[in-house]
Amino acid sequence: MNRQIIALLKKDFLLEFRQKHTLYGMLLYIAATIFVVYLSLPESPETNVWNSLFWTIQLFVCVNAVAKSFLQESRGRMLYFFSITSPIAFIISKLLFNMVLMMGMSCISLFLFYVFLGNPVVNASVFLGITLLGGAGISLVFTLMSAIAAKAQQNAALMAILGFPVIIPQLLLLIKLSKAAFGEVFRDGAVLQLSGITFLMDVFVVVMAVVLFPYLWKD
Amino acid sequence: MSFLLLVYTIVGGFLLDVPKLFILNETIRNLYFHVCMWFGMMILFTVSFVYSIKYLMGFQYRYDIFANNFAAVGSLFGILGYLTGVIWVNVTWVTDQGQSLGSVLKEPKLIGAAIALLIYGAYFVLRGSFTDIDKRARISAVYNIFAFAMLFPSIWIIPRLVGSLHPGAPGSDSGNPALDKNDMDATMRMVFYPAVIGWTLLGVWIATLKIRVALLAEKNILENHKSA
Repeated sequence: MNRQIIALLKKDFLLEFRQKHTLYGMLLYIAATIFVVYLSLPESPETNVWNSLFWTIQLFVCVNAVAKSFLQESRGRMLYFFSITSPIAFIISKLLFNMVLMMGMSCISLFLFYVFLGNPVVNASVFLGITLLGGAGISLVFTLMSAIAAKAQQNAALMAILGFPVIIPQLLLLIKLSKAAFGEVFRDGAVLQLSGITFLMDVFVVVMAVVLFPYLWKD
Repeated sequence: MSFLLLVYTIVGGFLLDVPKLFILNETIRNLYFHVCMWFGMMILFTVSFVYSIKYLMGFQYRYDIFANNFAAVGSLFGILGYLTGVIWVNVTWVTDQGQSLGSVLKEPKLIGAAIALLIYGAYFVLRGSFTDIDKRARISAVYNIFAFAMLFPSIWIIPRLVGSLHPGAPGSDSGNPALDKNDMDATMRMVFYPAVIGWTLLGVWIATLKIRVALLAEKNILENHKSA
């Protein structure tokens, strides 16, 4: 089981490096989006605006980055995976891969935000942690959504419809949580409590994905 | 049964004495309708969720019909709950502080309610996008389970963590809106509980009617299923 997961992960990473155009495409997507935001806003926006823009862009980056994880697999290849691995190994490897990918993307967009839109963050390491946590959480939810959407027709649009309502509570939590890094004072333990809830939600999503994916798998 | 309870609710709700509270005044009568709508919606969605699990356990097509129709009636109740809530907001929150409706709609509870409606909207769109009924049943069941399991904890937890004007947030006195003993006097409770049961039964009744129609319409497929 572990060997299978590692092998599948390795295959995903290899594929990503071989087909560099998709990776560069994603990077360009992030850069272009943030540049557009930079041009359309007045000099260094207010912290709240900065925060909400950051998370909204994370959301869209994630939809684009994760969407292809299932859509790129052709029918034939899915059949091949079906014959050699178990669904649980497959979904876990996908979740891990997307998590790592999205964490990387989050860091890059955080860096670009610093460069273009100024740096309102008081506590940089805390915000980095929140960004990683948030990126991981969003990517987990959208991995499962893309697995569902890949089964339907007109899937790219469907993924946004399915995913957005589900992600809103988590996104609100993250936005609130990241205010801690902007120097807003919370009552004692509230930051830990909020990040604990976000983390628990992530674990919960993984469990749900592992339980439900085998049903999506058979065709 | 449902009919009797609802007649009782409407008559009692409009005629019986209610405690006169500051700001709320007579609008507290809306409790019999607004809160019951949400109760009904939660119960119907939970039933739909259970049938989705049952479907995935046995792949029986009739359970999919059940889940679908309970979700549909639940959404109807959700929309009605939202509308009655808007009426209530108009007289209690908006007028006395001069807020616009837009700013009020950012309340955590209302966001939760809006998300619930969006999710079930997405559920029906997802259903619509399949032509193969077995696939449709299976995948929409997966989405239904996942969405329900993600949504309802967040509806119950998040509004209690962050401040809100809506009853049930920290800062207001009651933990569970409308269930606390401080919220209602005895007369009101005598109307409220039958009202909840009545509205829920009405919802279940509508859903079962729809299910019966659907079962008749899909009779051929179902019998093939049995023989197969």
